[in-house]
Amino acid sequence: MSARRADAIIVGAGIVGAACAVALARDGLRVLVIDAGGAALGTTAAGMGHVVVMDDSPEQLALTRYSQSLWRAQDDAVRAASELDWCGTVWVAEDEAQLEALPAKQQLYRDHGLETEVLDETTLIEAEPHLRRGLPGGLLVPSDAVIYQPAATIALLALARTMGAEVLQRMPVEEIVPCGVRCGADTLRADVIVNAAGAAAASLTPQLPVIPRKGHLVITERYPGFCRHQVAELGYLASAHVMTSESVAFNVQPRSTGQVMVGSSRELVGWDASMNRRVLGRMIARACEFMPALADLVAVRTWTGFRPATPDKLPLIGRWPDVPGLWIAAGHEGLGITTSLGTATLLADLVASREPAIDAAPFAPDRAVTAGVH
Amino acid sequence: MSTVAADVVVVGAGPAGIAAAVRATEAKRRVVVLDEAPNVGGQIWRHRSVGTLGADARTWIDRLSRTNAEVRRGVAVVDVIVGGEAGDITVVAERHLGGVDVIRTPALIIATGARERFVPFPGWTLPGVTGIGGAQALLKQGATFRGKRVVIAGTGPLILPVAASLTDAGARVVVVAEQAPFQAVRDFALSLLTHPETLLQAAIYRLAFLRTPYAMGTWVTSASGTDQLAGVAVANARTAWSLPCDLLCTGYGLVPNVDMARFVGCTTADGAVAVDERQATSVPGIFAAGEVTGIGGVGLAVAEGEIAGAATAGAARIDPSLARRRQALRVVARRMERAFALRQELRSLARDDTVICRCEDVGRAAIASFADSRQAKLYARAGMGACQGRVCGPALELLFGWQPGTVRSPLEPARLSTLSTAALAGAASSAADPSAGS
Amino acid sequence: MPQSSVAAVTISADGRSVRVPAGVTVAAALLDLGTSAFRRSVSGEPRAPLCGMGTCYECRVTIDGVAHRRACLVTVAEGMHVTTADGAEEAPA
Ligand SMILES: Cc1cc2nc3c(=O)[nH]c(=O)nc-3n(C[C@H](O)[C@H](O)[C@H](O)COP(=O)(O)OP(=O)(O)OC[C@H]3O[C@@H](n4cnc5c(N)ncnc54)[C@H](O)[C@@H]3O)c2cc1C
Ligand SMILES: Cc1cc2nc3c(=O)[nH]c(=O)nc-3n(C[C@H](O)[C@H](O)[C@H](O)COP(=O)(O)OP(=O)(O)OC[C@H]3O[C@@H](n4cnc5c(N)ncnc54)[C@H](O)[C@@H]3O)c2cc1C
Ligand code: FES
Repeated sequence: MSARRADAIIVGAGIVGAACAVALARDGLRVLVIDAGGAALGTTAAGMGHVVVMDDSPEQLALTRYSQSLWRAQDDAVRAASELDWCGTVWVAEDEAQLEALPAKQQLYRDHGLETEVLDETTLIEAEPHLRRGLPGGLLVPSDAVIYQPAATIALLALARTMGAEVLQRMPVEEIVPCGVRCGADTLRADVIVNAAGAAAASLTPQLPVIPRKGHLVITERYPGFCRHQVAELGYLASAHVMTSESVAFNVQPRSTGQVMVGSSRELVGWDASMNRRVLGRMIARACEFMPALADLVAVRTWTGFRPATPDKLPLIGRWPDVPGLWIAAGHEGLGITTSLGTATLLADLVASREPAIDAAPFAPDRAVTAGVH
Repeated sequence: MSTVAADVVVVGAGPAGIAAAVRATEAKRRVVVLDEAPNVGGQIWRHRSVGTLGADARTWIDRLSRTNAEVRRGVAVVDVIVGGEAGDITVVAERHLGGVDVIRTPALIIATGARERFVPFPGWTLPGVTGIGGAQALLKQGATFRGKRVVIAGTGPLILPVAASLTDAGARVVVVAEQAPFQAVRDFALSLLTHPETLLQAAIYRLAFLRTPYAMGTWVTSASGTDQLAGVAVANARTAWSLPCDLLCTGYGLVPNVDMARFVGCTTADGAVAVDERQATSVPGIFAAGEVTGIGGVGLAVAEGEIAGAATAGAARIDPSLARRRQALRVVARRMERAFALRQELRSLARDDTVICRCEDVGRAAIASFADSRQAKLYARAGMGACQGRVCGPALELLFGWQPGTVRSPLEPARLSTLSTAALAGAASSAADPSAGS
Repeated sequence: MPQSSVAAVTISADGRSVRVPAGVTVAAALLDLGTSAFRRSVSGEPRAPLCGMGTCYECRVTIDGVAHRRACLVTVAEGMHVTTADGAEEAPA
C-alpha cells in the first residue's frame, strides 16, 4: 500500500461512498476509498435503481429533488455508463381516498418545480396498458429516472480517480479512530474520515441508528415495452414509512434491457440474507393484483439486499462529534441510489464549511432520532 | 397446481435417475421421476422410439416402465425447498407450456447429469455451430443433417460415437479434431483394454481410427460466416488451415450440473457433488447419482443410480458387486480426465471482441480486467441472462480461473406465478409459520 | 388419425403452415425448415440451438404465445404456433 497520506478516507465503495469520493476530490482533497469487498457489491448491487422524488417528509422531498437535479447535471460519461433512462414514474391509486389525495400531492410537487399529471381510470390504462382495469387513477411524474447503479458506481469511482482518488478493495476497516482507520496492523490517517459503510455503518460507529432492512427483488426475461414507466402503488410510501416487521408493495420497473424488475418487500430480520419464499410470494402476488399479466412473465433470478434504515427514514449526513475527523454518509434506506449525489454534495459543502444548497440540519447524524415504530 | 406426496423424488431421467427409480420402486417406494426433456433417457439414452436404442438402454427403460414409478416428462424443476426438519423436502416443477407440480418427499435423488463445456472462439455464436452432444441430441430429436459437411472439434472419447451417428445419418464428417495429443489418446485407448467394463469403448476407438478422419492434437481456432456458418479454421502444433463446412460440432468435455445440489447446500468438490458410499450428499435426505457426482460415463451412472435408489429405500448394505463396479469405473474416469486435459492454446482463442456470455453478448475485453465472476456479472452483465452462467461459467473458469457465482432461485427461468406458488408450497411445509397462506 | 407410416402434424412456423414429423422437437423441426435465427441476441446476432439439451437457452422461441420457450425441450403438436425472432410480426397478439 502506498505510504502517502490522504486528506480524506472514505470507508465504503457503494454508490454513496463513490459519490462522496467525487465530491471531495473535486474540492481538491486527496481521497482514498476503502472497501471490505468490491466496489458496488454491497446494497448498491441489490437495489432497484429508481431515481425518484419522494415526499414522505419535507426533508426527504428536498433531498430527493435536489439529488435528482444533480443526476440530470451529472458528468456525461457517468450518465452514459449509468444507463440513465428518464422513463418517469406512475404512482397508482388503489382506492378513492388515494385518488382524492392526488391534487394535493401534485401541488406539493409543483411547489418544488415538478410538473406532474393526474391520471384518471382511462389515462392510467393508456399510460400502462397492463395495469388491471378498474383502478381509479394515478399520478404520472415524468421527471423520475431508472439507472443501472452498479455501473454508475464504477463510473463515479473512475471519475474520482481522474481527480486523484485511490480505491482499495478487499480491505476491511476494523476500527475508525480519531482522524484515522485501522485495517489489521496498519492505521491509515487523514483529517477527514467518512463512514459510508451503508447498512454496516453502525458496526464501525456503534451509536449510529442504522439497521439492515431486508428487501427481495425478482428480474424477468426480456419483454420490451411491457411497461413504460416505473409503476408503483401509492401505498408504497406507507410500506416504506411504517417500520413493521414485514410489508410488501407493488413496484415494477422497466430496465433498459427490456427486462422487468419486480419489487418490493421490507423485513426486519437482521442480516439473514436467505430468500423468504413466503415474502417473495406475497410480493409477487401483490404485483400481480395490479398487473395480472406479470404472472406469466418468466423470472430469471431473485435476490435480497439490505437497506440501511434509520428510525426517521432520513439519512445521516454530517459530522460525528464524538470522534475527531469523523463524518457520516449512511442510512439511506431505500433511496440511496437517488440520494447518493445530494448526500455527497451536502457532505462536501459541510466539510468545506460552505453554505449547502439545502438545509443540512435535518440530516445531522447526531440529531435526536425519534423512536422507530409508528 | 397439483401437490402430491412421494417417498422418493428423482430429478433427471438419465441412466442414473432411471436406475435409481427402478431400485427404489422395486423396494416398494412410491417414486416420482421428473425430467424437463420430452422423453426419458437423459443424454445418452435419448430417443424418440425405444427400438433405436442399444440393449442396455432398452432393458433399463423397459424395467422403468414396468415399475409403478410415476414419470413426469417435460417438467423443469425450478425450486427445491428443504424444510427445517430432516426429511421435509418440497420440489417445485414447471411444465414448459404451463402448469406447476409440487411434490413433498422425505428423499430426493439429484441425477441432473452433465452439460458440455464450451470454449469460446471467434465465430462460435454462429448458427451452424452446435455442441457435440448438442448435435447428437438434435439428431435424436429428429433433425436431419443429411448431406451436411461436418467438422467435429473437441475432446474425449464421447466425440467418436457422435461422429459415427452423424455419418450413419448421412452427414459427411470432414474431420474429427481431438485436441489431446496422439500420445495421450493412444495411452488412454490401451488402458481401456485392461478393464472388462471398457472393452467396448476400446473397440469404438479402433473403429474410429478406421472409419473417421480422426486428427489428434488438432483444434478449431475460429468459425466464419455471416449469418450462418460457412467454414472453420483449424490448427495443430505445426500448421493451420481452413476448410468449408455446414455444421461445426464442438465441445470440450462435460461439466456436472451441480446447480440444484449447490442451491440446497450440498458440499461440492472439484465441481462435482460430494457423496458418501451410499451416494448420500452432505444434506440429510438428499442423494446424488450419475455425472452430477463426477464425469464417468453411462456405466458408472447406472451403478451409482442403483446404489442411490437402494439407499433411499433404506438398504442397510451396499451390493458389493455394484460397489466394485463403481470403483473400477471411477478409476477409468480419472484416467480419462488426465488423458484429455485441455491444452493451453484453447484458453487464448477468444479475441477481445469474442462474445463470452452469449445470453447478454458480453465480449472478452469487457470483463478481462475484473477480479472474479461476481464483478464480471454486476459490472458487465456476464452470466446475468437466461442460462445464468451455465454456458459462460465454465468458460470463465477456463479463461480466467474464476469460480461460478451463487445459485439462486429459480433454478431455471420460471413464471412469476410459479414462484408465488412455490412460496405457498414452502409456507405450507413449515408448519411453525403462523402466517402461512396469507 | 395419421395414415402414413411416418405420422406427421401440422404446425404454424412464423405464420407458415407446415407438415412436420410427429414426435420431433420444435428445435429439430425448425432446423429442418432451414431456420437459422431462432432468436436474435441482445446485439441482434442470429442464434440457433447450441446444446440441444436445455442448458444454453439459444433456442428460445415463442410457442403458442408463450415467449422464451426452449425449442429443444418441447415436442411438436398438431396446431402448434411457433414464432422465431424474425417472425415476431406474425406473433399472435
Ligand atoms: C431491494 C432494494 C431496492 C432498492 N431500490 C432502490 C431504488 O429503487 N432507488 C434508490 O434510490 N435506492 C434503492 N435502494 C436503496 C439503495 O440500494 C441503498 O440505499 C444504497 O445502495 C446504499 O448505498 P451505500 O453506498 O450506502 O451502501 P452499500 O452499497 O452497502 O455500500 C457500503 C459499502 O461499505 C462496505 N463496508 C461495510 N463495512 C465495511 C468495513 N468495515 N470496511 C470497509 N468497507 C466496509 C461494504 O462492503 C459496501 O461495499 C434499494 C435497496 C434495496 C435493498
Ligand atoms: C455427446 C455425449 C456423448 C456421450 N457419449 C457417451 C458414450 O459413448 N459412452 C458413455 O459411457 N457415456 C457417454 N456420454 C455420457 C453420458 O451421457 C452420461 O454418462 C450419462 O448420460 C449420465 O447419466 P446421468 O443420468 O448422470 O445424466 P444425464 O443422462 O445427463 O441425465 C440427466 C437428466 O436430468 C435432466 N435434468 C437436469 N436438470 C433438470 C431440472 N432442473 N429439471 C428437470 N430435469 C432436469 C436432464 O434433462 C437429463 O435428462 C455422453 C455424453 C454426451 C453429452
Ligand atoms: S439448444 Fe440449448 S437450450 Fe435448447
